Amino acid sequence: MPVYYYIFLAVALFSIGVIGVLIRRNAIIIFMCVELMLNAANLLLVAFSKMHHQALMKINPTAASDAQVFVFFIMVVAAAEVSVGLAIIVMMYRNTHSVDVNFLNRLKN
Amino acid sequence: MSAIEIMFWFLSILALGAAVMVVASKSPVYSILFLILTFFAISGHYILLNAQFLAVVNVIVYAGAIMVLFLFVVMLMNLNAESEPHQKNKWLLYIGGISGGSLLLVIVAALKKTVATTQLVQMNNGEVGLIKNLGIKLFTDYVFPFEISSVLFLSAMIGAVVISKKEG
Repeated sequence: MPVYYYIFLAVALFSIGVIGVLIRRNAIIIFMCVELMLNAANLLLVAFSKMHHQALMKINPTAASDAQVFVFFIMVVAAAEVSVGLAIIVMMYRNTHSVDVNFLNRLKN
Repeated sequence: MSAIEIMFWFLSILALGAAVMVVASKSPVYSILFLILTFFAISGHYILLNAQFLAVVNVIVYAGAIMVLFLFVVMLMNLNAESEPHQKNKWLLYIGGISGGSLLLVIVAALKKTVATTQLVQMNNGEVGLIKNLGIKLFTDYVFPFEISSVLFLSAMIGAVVISKKEG
């Protein structure tokens, strides 16, 4: 499978995430679209890792495993980010009784 | 068309369709369920690339922990299609769709003619994604970032507790 299939798939997923962030007003859905963009980047990292592994297999059989370790760390950071972000959304819902992000367009009140 | 190509196209269409439904569905609970479907499709891609460790971690961490957290918050707030905030300005919808679509168009057009993109991806074999290789890598070269991430989790836990605590 040539790598450009994976590139275009990941770019399409990323663009869907961008569109979701731009057009939705529910804070939870915006947050989920950010997760979707993170996953598109993860998929592309794994595809590039396997591409370089294919090229370097004769020289170094464990080459290009760094990308997969990076994906693991991205998942770690995403899990920490989600816990704090959802806490912020719950606090926002408690103050405004809504998850509409347009209520937060000013810092005062 | 080989079995790997059929699986690739099936998982790609599943991932893209579910991702579109995440953005398009009215009820937040349906959005979350479609996002879980997207994550399962991406895990299927990892299995197809023989990155078995990441496939398992993706299912456990994303489809298991993170999406349960999302579902829990949505059900705690009792959100449904009626309480969904609507975008009142139709032009903002169009502008968002057009700018996201043009982002896709620009990146695809920029990458279409590059030479490196015709390289092959190794499918369905190769030992780089197995747990043994990644475990050795993680506990030798990357042991310091691994320990730092435990501090990150501790601070995230404390932060979540402090933020969600009622003040006063």
